Amino acid sequence: MSSSTVALSVIFGIVGSGTVAGFFSRAHHKMDLEQWTVAGRGFGAVLVYLLMAGEVYTTFSFLGASGWAYSRGGPTLYILAYLTLGYVISFFILPPIWEMGKRYRLQTQSDFFRVRYGNEYLAAFVCMIGVLSFIPYVQLQLTGLGIIVQIASFDSIGRAAAMTISTVLVAAFVYVGGIRAVAWVSVLKDALMLLAAVSIGVALPQMYFGGAGKMFTALLQAHPRHLTMPGATQNLGHNWFISTVLLTSCGLYMWPHSFGSTFTARSGETLRRNAIVMPLYTTTIAFIFMAGFTALLVLPPLSNGDLALLTLVRKSFPPWLLGIVGGAGALTAMVPSAIFLLTASTLFVKNLFRPLFAPRLKDEQVSLLARLMVVALSLCSLYLAIYSSATLVSMLLLGYAGVSQLFPGVVLGLYWERTNPMGVFAGIFAGVGIAAVLFFTHREPWFGWSAGFLALCVNSLIVVFVSALRPAAEKVGAGVSTNLQVIR
Amino acid sequence: LWDRVYPIVLGLPFNLFWLLSWIFLTPVCMWAAYRIEGQERQ
Repeated sequence: MSSSTVALSVIFGIVGSGTVAGFFSRAHHKMDLEQWTVAGRGFGAVLVYLLMAGEVYTTFSFLGASGWAYSRGGPTLYILAYLTLGYVISFFILPPIWEMGKRYRLQTQSDFFRVRYGNEYLAAFVCMIGVLSFIPYVQLQLTGLGIIVQIASFDSIGRAAAMTISTVLVAAFVYVGGIRAVAWVSVLKDALMLLAAVSIGVALPQMYFGGAGKMFTALLQAHPRHLTMPGATQNLGHNWFISTVLLTSCGLYMWPHSFGSTFTARSGETLRRNAIVMPLYTTTIAFIFMAGFTALLVLPPLSNGDLALLTLVRKSFPPWLLGIVGGAGALTAMVPSAIFLLTASTLFVKNLFRPLFAPRLKDEQVSLLARLMVVALSLCSLYLAIYSSATLVSMLLLGYAGVSQLFPGVVLGLYWERTNPMGVFAGIFAGVGIAAVLFFTHREPWFGWSAGFLALCVNSLIVVFVSALRPAAEKVGAGVSTNLQVIR
Repeated sequence: LWDRVYPIVLGLPFNLFWLLSWIFLTPVCMWAAYRIEGQERQ
């Protein structure tokens, strides 16, 4: 049996096991909209932990982090800092969001904006920003899946074909299983991811250099500036590091799926305990960095840094082990993709299409339309994945630049009674506009600062300024003072 | 501020070691805050 057959068989075996486990998880639950999206709000600490970890640890942390460690160096440290800081922020803001969700039976992020600000159009606008920000994130996962199959097949399967197969699998998985299936597959995915990350991070430096310390010493001799900022880049210095950490940590729980998974928890306490434990999981990414640094010393120059980890694994280990690592990588792409597609499709139909165009739509019809949206969004992301050449980390930063613009509207909405829908709308509109102009004219970073962070600053100032200007009588939407009493 | 690789601590460049130390300290501090706030205990 050829090496590629062995590796691919192991990968498809792992993906197949995960998919079957996911389908079985739905056997005892009637799949109405509430079950499909928030699993009846019945998840305890362990399942919420797995669901949230499943959302955060994606192809970005598996292939993207090692790719940036290989090609950029020092600036890659922002990943460790932003995830941990994001959990500190979540410790404070998720319990009050959960309280509102329980009281008003909220299912999505847009529901939160609708209830807090009493404005359907603002909720629809937030929904649109969320869905658009998801597209580069799903594109990232599909690109990662393509890389995995391409390398595991020893380049005999092209990346476009690999991505197409992956897209069909992911769409089918979400279409049938819903959120409960995704949470249970996270169990398998997380176990494999942890095992693969630690094994690779320890074994590769040991194999080639006799340990991590010796590997870093060799790296400092070969590339003295690689491990400090700006590393192998010209413009990703300290200002970029600080502003990007602030932008992405504010945005970590502004992704509609992260926000929505808050509502699946059994209590606000579950979310706090979760926030306490999650930073420890972040440390596994340091092992992934080590694989990227080792690749820089061992491999010939690669045209695409995102290929570094798997190319090194293929060079160093037998095909069956490449299959296990590839299988873990495939699940880290499939589980988050499934969550993103599930959330984006529900959001679009429930908070944009139904309220604005078809208010008489029943929940069963919403559920069916959401499933059709899964297919449409998958195809859109697949098209971009095939025809785009951006790195995995760049795709994620583009998504963050959009979704972080919702942060002022959420946080000021929770803690400042005067915040009004006009201010939030103006702030998000300006923030997203500035971020889009800077990103699409290749001005990231801009004068050394994160473009998304500059947009977030303008956004926050506008929200505060407009809200402060409005007279107190106009400051609230429907019943907002009651809502604020609930969360205090 | 301490973006430097030397001294190498536990086999890690100093900036990576410092960041990982901060990450390990974070859950400890959050847990302490959680307990102190609970001791609300009406």
